[in-house]
Amino acid sequence: MGVLDVRSVVKIYPGHGAGDDPVKALADVSFTVRENEFCSILGHSGCGKTTLLNIMAGFDAATLGEITLDGRPIGKPGWERAMIFQDYALFPWLTVLGNVGFGLDMKRVPAAEREAIAKRQIALVGLNGFEHRYPHQLSGGMRQRVAIARALAVDPSVLLMDEPFAALDAQNRSMLQDEMVRIFMEQRKTMVLVTHSIEEAIKLSDRIIVMTRRPGRVKADIEVRMSRPRAEEDPEFVALKARIRDLIHDEFDLSEAPAAAAATR
Amino acid sequence: MSELATARATGALSPEELAALHAQHRPPGLFQRAARLVGLLLFFGLWELMSVVILPRIDPNLVTLMPPPTSVLAGAWELIQSGDLFKHFKASLQREAVAFLYASAAIPIGIVMGWSRTAQHLLEPVFEMLRPIPPIAWIPLAILWFGISDLQNQFIIFLGIFFPLLINTIAGVKNVEPNLIRAARCLGASELDVLVRVVFRAALPQIVTGVRVGLGVGWMALVAAELVGATSGLGWLISDARSVLRTDIILVGMISIGLAGLLIDQGLRWVAKKLLPWSLAMTR
Repeated sequence: MGVLDVRSVVKIYPGHGAGDDPVKALADVSFTVRENEFCSILGHSGCGKTTLLNIMAGFDAATLGEITLDGRPIGKPGWERAMIFQDYALFPWLTVLGNVGFGLDMKRVPAAEREAIAKRQIALVGLNGFEHRYPHQLSGGMRQRVAIARALAVDPSVLLMDEPFAALDAQNRSMLQDEMVRIFMEQRKTMVLVTHSIEEAIKLSDRIIVMTRRPGRVKADIEVRMSRPRAEEDPEFVALKARIRDLIHDEFDLSEAPAAAAATR
Repeated sequence: MSELATARATGALSPEELAALHAQHRPPGLFQRAARLVGLLLFFGLWELMSVVILPRIDPNLVTLMPPPTSVLAGAWELIQSGDLFKHFKASLQREAVAFLYASAAIPIGIVMGWSRTAQHLLEPVFEMLRPIPPIAWIPLAILWFGISDLQNQFIIFLGIFFPLLINTIAGVKNVEPNLIRAARCLGASELDVLVRVVFRAALPQIVTGVRVGLGVGWMALVAAELVGATSGLGWLISDARSVLRTDIILVGMISIGLAGLLIDQGLRWVAKKLLPWSLAMTR
């Protein structure tokens, strides 16, 4: 369960006006996320990593190629591919309990069972005692915890995360990253994280897909075999960080020479 | 609020600090409150003086046109005791309520128009053509259609409520955070779930705004409709009082119309506060 296969995905956006050229966001992207693997997609803004995630979720469709989950092509959005958003996207009119129970309600889980599952997930993200608060009464970090609990409550085959910690301050970000590592070790499942932070990717992932600049393609596919939790001071961590930074900087230089980029196309 | 803040911080504050705090953030002074009262008293005092002393000196008949506040009060008491005021009050409110029930069709129509491009393209031209016509302009036609009746009044009020409600509902739906809809979809919500459980809920604060604006416009339309096409209601009351030169009753009616409008709006605000605590907290 939870094998996500990305096969030769191309995404082209049509130009808006008549003189507007179509934009190629993704050019032939292929990789496979294995069962219970934590996979990060790392790249500059505008490299199409969020586009790729949106296609995985079913919010957008690939122009060419396809993505399958456990062998079945991805269609409309569904609970088996729950998503965590950068801006939390909590329902402001529902309490924490209501938000976390929302997906279970959609799955028509009976009320008693729904509440039990929701409470378990709320406890898992450390929000005991906040069940009846509304999102506007919580801090950014707490809101994202609610969003994590809400996504996990429906027990998805794969959890998709779109820069989930980018809107948080440094302290909260680092705390939530640690929390995510703990949650991943407690509730093993396939997770896909889109990020532009190298540290975040190394801290969390089993595997890092480094993307090129637009049009995005896979630049490198790196396995991270360090044991968790990972310390940023660890020499292995530092070395990997340098390696990935070089890969990304490389990419930066390339974009400044359009002729070279065109030649590789 | 300031008391709450004080209570929270008191433990750490010295008497001097507390005194300084109070000196800086005084509650609204007695003086300011007194000033408001003085303004009102002056207004009514001048009015009384005008009607009782100055106008009769110019022409004794002028008092009939501008009765003093004391006669207005007496007129109000008379109408309250006879039960007439309550009767007309009830007739008007009832019309507004019935018309609102019909006009609330604007909510589902607005949701569909805000949600589906096709529905919007289909319906918008018609509504945009009808919308600029003031409800009052429909009165002559409505009298021919429905006669001097409740139905005629309700129709005019309906027009007053419908369009503000429709436009606010459409805007509310269009302003729904797209990620809320995405979040609901990837949690397994069906299209109907998305519309009812997310889009409607997220648009509700703006729908309530539409209801408030609509009921206000409807109330204005109601008075106009009753002035010319009714045999009861506050609008009719003042029109009827005019024909017998009872200016005190006209003024009582006018004040009642204003009070009722205020009452409706305050009531709605109260309901919105109770039902949508999250939306008020967000706009604060």
